[in-house]
Amino acid sequence: MMPLRLTHYTAASALGRGRLATLCALQNAAGALRRCQFENVELETYVGEVDAVDEVALPRELRSFNCRNNRLAWIGLTQDGFDTEVRACAARWGRRRVGVLLGTSTSGILETENAYRRLDPKTGALPDEFDYPHQHNSFSVAEFTGRLLDLEGPAMSVCTACSSSAKVFAAAERMISAGVIDAAVVGGVDSLCLTTLYGFHALQLVSRQPCRPFDRLRDGLSIGEAAAFVLLERAPGNLGADSVLLLGAGESSDAYHMSSPHPEGDGALRAMRAALASAELSAEQVDYINLHGTGTASNDRTEARAVAAVFGSAVPCSSTKGATGHTLGAAGALEAVICALALQAGLMPGGLNVHELDPQLNINYLTANRCQPIARVLSNSFGFGGANCALLLGWVQ
Amino acid sequence: MLSARILGVGVVGPGISDWLSAAAVLRGDEPYTPSATVLPEPAALPPAERRRAGRVIRLALAVGAQAIAAGGADPRGLPTVFSSSSGDGENCHEICVALARGERQLSPTRFHNSVHNAAAGYWSIAYRCPEASTALCAHDASFGTGLLEALAQLARSRAAVLLVSYDVDYPPPMRWRRPIPDAFGIALLLTAADGISAAPPLARLQLSFTDAPAAPMHDRELEALRRQIPAARGLPLLEYLARGQRGPVALDYLNGQRLRVEVGT
Repeated sequence: MMPLRLTHYTAASALGRGRLATLCALQNAAGALRRCQFENVELETYVGEVDAVDEVALPRELRSFNCRNNRLAWIGLTQDGFDTEVRACAARWGRRRVGVLLGTSTSGILETENAYRRLDPKTGALPDEFDYPHQHNSFSVAEFTGRLLDLEGPAMSVCTACSSSAKVFAAAERMISAGVIDAAVVGGVDSLCLTTLYGFHALQLVSRQPCRPFDRLRDGLSIGEAAAFVLLERAPGNLGADSVLLLGAGESSDAYHMSSPHPEGDGALRAMRAALASAELSAEQVDYINLHGTGTASNDRTEARAVAAVFGSAVPCSSTKGATGHTLGAAGALEAVICALALQAGLMPGGLNVHELDPQLNINYLTANRCQPIARVLSNSFGFGGANCALLLGWVQ
Repeated sequence: MLSARILGVGVVGPGISDWLSAAAVLRGDEPYTPSATVLPEPAALPPAERRRAGRVIRLALAVGAQAIAAGGADPRGLPTVFSSSSGDGENCHEICVALARGERQLSPTRFHNSVHNAAAGYWSIAYRCPEASTALCAHDASFGTGLLEALAQLARSRAAVLLVSYDVDYPPPMRWRRPIPDAFGIALLLTAADGISAAPPLARLQLSFTDAPAAPMHDRELEALRRQIPAARGLPLLEYLARGQRGPVALDYLNGQRLRVEVGT
């Protein structure tokens, strides 16, 4: 594929709001998981919660979109000058030539959960303020983003669970390559809700401690939330120094089980190989891998097998989910942003919360930050339903 | 210009059981007789998964299976695009009811079926298909969005792709806010070039955007269906195919634009 430029990018997660806060937290190896005190949740677990999301007041004309997910999206879209940069891009190409492709898994479901607690006692109706298209429907966040940024290009939500916001990069690249659009706002937004907290608990995949990806005694994930956005654009002929590029993307299906990964990591392996093929790169040319690394026993085991099969056991790898939690539908975009920061800062972030690396996992897992120039990184995202996506990003010095 | 050939069609909805009988209705040869949508058992799924499959899975698998059978495609090598406005509304309702009651132990099956890509996941398991698969949502524009994504995939050197657009009605109280009357789905087996299968294409398509209004259906009740169910926004295209009609047909899309689908031979 033709490389695309990440013209601008930003993220808000438990690590902080914006690029600088995110980078500083990574540099300081400061984890952000806290004991869960979300809503009325009674679970012994840790979460990666973004501070003060409920203090956001959406602009009057976008009030109907008010829900935690869109408030979180608003935080991301209006920080780091992201909205300004998108408007300049739309002025370059035209509002109908800039797409909005976002990943989410649960959209504004927290609002729906709350609405179901407030049904009319006589009629059983949902409360008047519940707004189906603008809060509940999975498209809500993409429509909200388009309206906020005055964009009129093709828009959609991609909802393949935890690979949603990695797959939007591949979809945007196809649309740009086919000439449907010239640029796209891609990204992912997912916010804490009872459905995912209790749902992952029901599957016995939630740790009682801050998650410990690749630790010998890892026992599950920690759920997080995030909004991460990237402005993707045709790369100009004369790329500026310090540019970050999307070099490749690979997608595959496990075709195995709805909520368990293929035992040999077969689907993960094919997604990584497809990403390398689309970038016309060999495995040796990748300097760092940001793993999906959820901290569940089965994910880390199968992912390590797949990585070792494609890359051998020397390439430095880590999961940043020990710092951010698993941000589900936002994870692909959040980790793409972390990869872009890593490329520009020359930082391979060490994985947090590891007391003893699992000796059975034969990869070069970093438990401390490593600072050195890196040119190409791979980021893995795998979702329920066996939906896998690997992205390759590169840095132009 | 985005383009594709249609090799096979699947369609299931109220009073509609398959493409052949639907085509007779869409041509005007048979009257449209609405009745509750009948969803077949998902025979392609392994028994354990079959038990867990709700109406939305049965709908998506049924229309997808019709399209690949009609087009003579091997599903194991076929990338898929699933597009739906609401996914599994019944399952979502049950989770919200349980949480509102203060139940703290959700059903694990309910939870993993709650993902929007559940149908895509079950499809890949049913047909052991390792190819890329996506699951999209664009509210009322979900059909057009799926079609656009499918054609963009064909432009990106994929030989063939299966589009499955499907919607299932919510139970109350969500039903009162999102009044989708019944289950409806369309599947299109699309290829980039002729020759992938022995069957000749039903039509060739070229896709662009237009400000012209969306084409209505000839039949009043089918027009009501088109307006009420996002997946049924693809019905005007099926009417063109059934009637052997050529020329541009406008399908609902987003932001005041429609998709202009030039149907040719």
